[in-house]
Amino acid sequence: MTDETPSNEPVDARLREFQAGPGQPDGKRHRQPRRRGGDGGEQLTVPPADFASYYGRPVLKPPVWKDDIAGYLFTGGLAAGSALIGAGAQLTGRPGLRKVGRWTALGGVAASTYLLVHDLGRPARFHHMLRVAKVTSPMSVGTWILATFGPLAGVAAIAELAPLLPQHGVLGLARRIAPPIGTVAGLAAAATAPALATYTGVLLADTAVPSWHDGYRSLPFVFAGSALAAASGVGLIAAPVAETAPLRRLVLAAAAVELRGGYRLEQQGLTSEPYMHGRGGRLVKAGRALLVVGTVAALVSRRSRVLSAISGAALVASSVATRFGVFEAGRVSARDPKYTVVPQRERLDKNRSVTQP
Amino acid sequence: MPHANALYGPLDPAPDAGYENPPPRMGFFTDTSVCIGCKACEVACKEWNGVPESGLDLLGMSYDNTGALTANSWRHVAFVEQPRTAGWATPAFEQQPDGPPVSPLTAAVGARTSTDTGTDPGLPPGSPAAAARMSGGPEFLGMPGAQPPGRGSGAEGRTDFRWLMMSDVCKHCTHAACLDVCPTGSLFRTEFGTVVVQEDICNGCGYCISACPYGVIDQRKGDGRAWKCTLCYDRLGVGMTPACAQACPTESIQYGALDELRDRAAARVAKLHEGGVPEARLYGHDPNDGVGGDGAFFLLLDEPEVYGLPPDPIVTTRDLPAMWKRAGLAAMTMAVATAVAFLGRRQ
Repeated sequence: MTDETPSNEPVDARLREFQAGPGQPDGKRHRQPRRRGGDGGEQLTVPPADFASYYGRPVLKPPVWKDDIAGYLFTGGLAAGSALIGAGAQLTGRPGLRKVGRWTALGGVAASTYLLVHDLGRPARFHHMLRVAKVTSPMSVGTWILATFGPLAGVAAIAELAPLLPQHGVLGLARRIAPPIGTVAGLAAAATAPALATYTGVLLADTAVPSWHDGYRSLPFVFAGSALAAASGVGLIAAPVAETAPLRRLVLAAAAVELRGGYRLEQQGLTSEPYMHGRGGRLVKAGRALLVVGTVAALVSRRSRVLSAISGAALVASSVATRFGVFEAGRVSARDPKYTVVPQRERLDKNRSVTQP
Repeated sequence: MPHANALYGPLDPAPDAGYENPPPRMGFFTDTSVCIGCKACEVACKEWNGVPESGLDLLGMSYDNTGALTANSWRHVAFVEQPRTAGWATPAFEQQPDGPPVSPLTAAVGARTSTDTGTDPGLPPGSPAAAARMSGGPEFLGMPGAQPPGRGSGAEGRTDFRWLMMSDVCKHCTHAACLDVCPTGSLFRTEFGTVVVQEDICNGCGYCISACPYGVIDQRKGDGRAWKCTLCYDRLGVGMTPACAQACPTESIQYGALDELRDRAAARVAKLHEGGVPEARLYGHDPNDGVGGDGAFFLLLDEPEVYGLPPDPIVTTRDLPAMWKRAGLAAMTMAVATAVAFLGRRQ
C-alpha cells in the first residue's frame, strides 16, 4: 500500500472511520484486533489479493425472501411430520396421538399458507401459482403439494370434531360418516407429507445462492429430520404419555438423519462457512444442541410428563433454529462475492489446466 | 419429449420452447473496448421502457453511481480504474502527472455505500474487505482521486492507469434459471430466444431473483414485481433495434442475430490481439459454457469478476434431476422411519 495522498481531509476522515471498524457485508461491525505499527497508529492489513471483485459488491442478488420463508420451512415441516405421526397413530390405535397429529398438521399447513402468501410481492396474485405446473420450478411443485396436502389435512382434522355432533338426524349421519372420511383423508395427507417436508430442500438448493446450491445433497435430509423432530416434539408435549412410545423411537431416527445431513453441509468447502460462523452458524449450532438435548430427554423421559414436555419443547425449538440458521447462511453466502467468485475461479483454473496442459 | 440438453448444454432456446420456424435468435454483443462510459444506454433504456428513477446519490466508489443492475436499472455501466497501461506499447500517460492510487481504503469505504434504488434487494452494500483486497494489489486504484492527477506526489509516485467501462445487461441465457424456476409462468421465452417477464402475471414470489447466477433480476418496491431487461421485446417485434443499442454512440452495444454477432466478436478479438491488446477476451459467447451461452455476451479487457460478473456461472437447474432424486430419497427415509417407529413394540 503506497497511499500517501496528503491533505485530503474528507477521504482521510473516511479512512479513519474504516480503520476503526471494517464493516461486514451484513452491515454489522466486527472488531478486529488492533495492530501497533511503527507510526503509532492502527494499520489496515490488506489480506492477500485472493480474488478480484467489483468494489466488493455482491455478484448475486441476495434472496428477497423475508423471514416468512424461514418460518414456512418450519411450519411446513411440522405439518408434514405431524400428518405422518397422525397416520401412524391412526393405524396403531392411538387416538390421543392421532388427534394431536391431525390438528398440528392443519395448524402447520394453515400457517404455511399464510406465510407463503404474505411473503409475495403481490399477495393478491397468489393464485397465479395455480396457472401452471412446472417440474423445473420447485416452488410450483411445492404449490401443488401444498394444494393437495392442505385440504386433506383439513378434512382429517375436522373429522376429529365428529364426537361433538348430536347422535341423531342429519348431523348424526355426519357424525357416523366423518371418522371413515377422516381416516382416508389422514392417510392420503400422510402419503403426500414426505414430499412436503423434503421439497423445500430443493426449493432452496435450486438457486444460485452458493451455500444452498452446494448443499443440495444434504438439505432434503436435514429438513426431513427437522420435520420429524419438530412434529415428534409437539406430540411429546400434547399427546397422552402412554401413546408416545413411537415418538421416542422416531426422534432418535430424526436426529440421526438431521445430524448426518448437517455434518455433510459442513463438508462442502468454502460455502460451508456460513453454516458454521456468524448468525447463521450460531443458529445452526443452537439447533443441533437442542436436537441432542431434546432427543436424550425424550429417550429418558418415558413416564415423566414434565420431562416429555421439556424434550418436546427443545425439539420444536431445535427445528426453528435449524431452519432460520440454514436460511440465514444462504443469505450471507449470496451477499459476499467471495462465495460466488472463489469457487468459480478455482473451477475455471482447474478446467483450464486440464484442457491446456 | 424434452430435448436431451433441455437443462444443460448447447441448445437453440426458441424451438425448444415450442416455436415453429422462429426468427433467428437475437442478442447483444457488448464490446467494452470501445465503451466510453457515457451511460446513454442507461438513459435510453429508462426512456423507452418507462423504468423509474433508481437513486441519484453518489456512491463514492467510482464514476459508476448506478452500482448494479436492478429492477430500476436494466442497463448498468460499470467503471473500473486500474494502474496499468491501456494496452498499447507506449504508456498513454508517459511524462504526464497521473497520481498514485487513492485506494484501497477508499475502495473499502465505497463498498459500504448504497442508494435507495427503489428496489429490493437493489444495491446491497458490498464487502469492504473484498474491495480493499481488489485494490490492494497492483491491479486496482479504487475511487478516482479527488485531486487532479499527480498533484501532491512526486514524479516517482506516478503510475500509468487505464479505465475499464462496461455496459452490463441481462444475459438472456440459453438455460435461463429465472425462467425455469418461475412458478407462475410469468417469465417466458420469446420467439427471438430472449427472456421476458410478463408484468400482468408476476406475483412477486422472488424465486427468479435467487436463481439468477448473474444477479440481474430484482424486485421493485411498492410494486412488488420482478423486472429486468426485455431486450426491448416491443421494438424487436416491429424490426427495430433495442433502445440501448440504438443510443450507443460508439457501437459498443451491437444488436443483431446471435450467430452473426458471434462471428463479429471473434473477428474483433482477433483484431485486438493483433493490435497489441492480448487481454481482450469474450465472455458468455460459448454455447458450451455453464448456461449454454448468453444471448447478450461481452468482449472484456480483464477477468469477468473485475466487472462484477461471475467467472464461471453454471445454471442451477443443471443439478435439478439430482436434487429431486435426493429429495425423493429423503422422503422415503422419512416414511420408513415413521413406519418403523410405529411398528416397534408397544411400551
